[in-house]
Amino acid sequence: MKINHRLRRAVTVLTAGLLVGSLAACGGSSPDGNANAQGVGAEEIATALQTETTLTVWGWAPQLEPIVEAFEEKYPKVKVNLENVGTGNDHYTKVQNAIKAGSGAPDVAQIEYAALPQFALSDALVDLKDYGASNLEANYTASTWGSVNINDGIYALPQDSGPMAMFYRADVFEKHGIDVPETWDEYIAAGKKLHAADPKAYIANDIGDAGFTTSMIWQAGGQPYKIDGPTTVDINLQDEGSKAWTKNWNQLVEGKLLAPVASWSDEWYKGLSDGSIATLIIGAWMPANLESGATDGSGKWRVAPMPTYEAGKPVSAENGGGGDAVLKQSKNKAAAYGFLEFSNGPEGSKIHAANGGFPSTTADLENPEFLNAQSKYFGDQKINEILVQAAKDVVPGWSYLPFQTYANSIFNDTVGQSYGSNSDLNPGLIAWQDASVKYGNQQGFTVTAK
Amino acid sequence: MTTTLNATVATEAPTQKRSRGRWTGWAFVGPFMFVFSLVFLAPVLYAIYLSLFQDQMVGGTKFVGGANYVQAMTDPQFWDSVRRVAVFLVVQVPIMLGVALAVALAIDSNRLRFASFFRISIFLPYAVPAVVATLMWGFIYGPRFGLVGNLNELFGWAIPDPLSNHWILVAIGNIVTWEFIGYNMLIFYAALKTIPNELYEAASIDGAGAFSVIRNIKIPSIRGAIGIASIFSVIGSFQLFNEPNILKSLAPNAISSFFTPNMYAYNLSFAGQQFNYAAAIAMIMGVLTMIVAYIVQLSGSRKDS
Repeated sequence: MKINHRLRRAVTVLTAGLLVGSLAACGGSSPDGNANAQGVGAEEIATALQTETTLTVWGWAPQLEPIVEAFEEKYPKVKVNLENVGTGNDHYTKVQNAIKAGSGAPDVAQIEYAALPQFALSDALVDLKDYGASNLEANYTASTWGSVNINDGIYALPQDSGPMAMFYRADVFEKHGIDVPETWDEYIAAGKKLHAADPKAYIANDIGDAGFTTSMIWQAGGQPYKIDGPTTVDINLQDEGSKAWTKNWNQLVEGKLLAPVASWSDEWYKGLSDGSIATLIIGAWMPANLESGATDGSGKWRVAPMPTYEAGKPVSAENGGGGDAVLKQSKNKAAAYGFLEFSNGPEGSKIHAANGGFPSTTADLENPEFLNAQSKYFGDQKINEILVQAAKDVVPGWSYLPFQTYANSIFNDTVGQSYGSNSDLNPGLIAWQDASVKYGNQQGFTVTAK
Repeated sequence: MTTTLNATVATEAPTQKRSRGRWTGWAFVGPFMFVFSLVFLAPVLYAIYLSLFQDQMVGGTKFVGGANYVQAMTDPQFWDSVRRVAVFLVVQVPIMLGVALAVALAIDSNRLRFASFFRISIFLPYAVPAVVATLMWGFIYGPRFGLVGNLNELFGWAIPDPLSNHWILVAIGNIVTWEFIGYNMLIFYAALKTIPNELYEAASIDGAGAFSVIRNIKIPSIRGAIGIASIFSVIGSFQLFNEPNILKSLAPNAISSFFTPNMYAYNLSFAGQQFNYAAAIAMIMGVLTMIVAYIVQLSGSRKDS
């Protein structure tokens, strides 16, 4: 399911190009080459980009292709081999294998925020601080910059982001006289009212999804994963934020108010099309998926800020997204970093956004053309205004586990059991925590449960 | 004749002759041994080798001897998965083989019209790839948009959700039975066809009825085929993977990552990067399957004697 989810996100992009509109007009001087470095100087990077080199880049984001083309045009001496070795977990398995083997890894690899600690802490990635990446902080949103900042190192440059918002069916809400919920209490009340009025309709679908759960805990202010040094991890899935979320979400789980439909399944798209799933709390990359997957919902969907625990205090979290990293195995690290500065800097991010990605760069997020783009699918609503505001409201300070991909793979063995029996989510979270602690310790980390 | 002659000559130059004789034999089995060691022995030996190490994200690879096996012996998730396929085996295999036998006997009875049509149509599900079959059944099982949902809605029935915790094993058993009845039927049918006609003639002269013929001639004659089909089915049950792994996307909470031993090993190695531990589990499962298959074979041959 997770792979499918990433795939969908990747597939989106063509349609979203329309939505985002052309950003080519936005000029601005690019500071490439001006990066002032402690370890490797900007001059060295500039020289590397003017030397005959071949770079290998592994990634599946469809935006990488036009970015590579533009890069090769600007730096004709650098040849880039862009290889798609798989999506999500398949990709990570191959990268991990190449790292283990000691050779065969690419110079640059796409890595999602949730998977980044795993590679950063296993000493597989170059700390980009040595190349002057610290100076780029102002270019990115605080939350994405926080995601690439691990243990005082910078291990990737952000590319896309997924600040969460609430997508909802205006027609369904209107039909049943439901106001757009602004707090979680209102959201739950809306869920009850909707399901009572129409037993086939649900406020949302959820049968247990690790990525969704961690993002929801993030929004509730939880920080269940604390990384302290390269191999020391604390897990506390019973902290205040986690409990705030379960207290809230339990009402929907125990009340059977969530459609028991797996995300990204055919049933899911049917529900999104016919309105039997009335809202989606999901990342800002969703619009293009709705347009392509739920065509019958056209004109009926709207976007609103994610409901909050306290009225009038907007809070959001990140859901998905990732960046690109330079691998330690690379023999052309300076040139590889030069590629990152291009692909994840002002020039690349413009191409990325024009091809349907939701950017992580403040310049693109604040571009008036992007903000004012009206979406027909969303009834001519200026959805980017809300999504960009959500990016600013993301709670800082979150980190993922250094073995998040495995932890996510056993989510349904543990928390899923609470979902399956419509019971309290907390025992499920504790079971998930125990299993994660056990795995982490087996893998040589020092993991403690708080 | 030549052998005795050779034997007398051989006493004069024993080493040379004997060693040449030995190598001639090897030359004949050589092609087999080459392929056998390449596709069977080498992977097994490599898996055994892998299973003796531990590879950590922090700390790298180290030799741990039998530690992975010790861990597997006390791993509740592993034994939970073994128990599940054992229950599956005990219930599903007899049902499947019983139905397949009944069908084979019916087709062999010569009292059926369109016997060849039945034969091919019952065999057809076996020709559908397991992945496609499972996806198809997944749609049928859907409690909202699938056939089950439609039936419930149309007739006001309350068929329990086949993809729920309680029914998932039955639902998978149904798919596997549907897939493999035709295959087993064909094994039985082929064996029935080899029974010499004289036996039937003798039986009819003795005045035996149809059921008496089945009991006293047909079933005893195809006992070997039943034994083989049982062993195949036992191995198939222990290796259960495709059906649950595909249904997992529809029922992620009912089908855990350790639902069957194969799924457990798969998830350990590809999501958890615990290749070594997964190799140990694969070895234990291989030995377990061999033991159970051997017991089945023993009990079959005992009846023969």
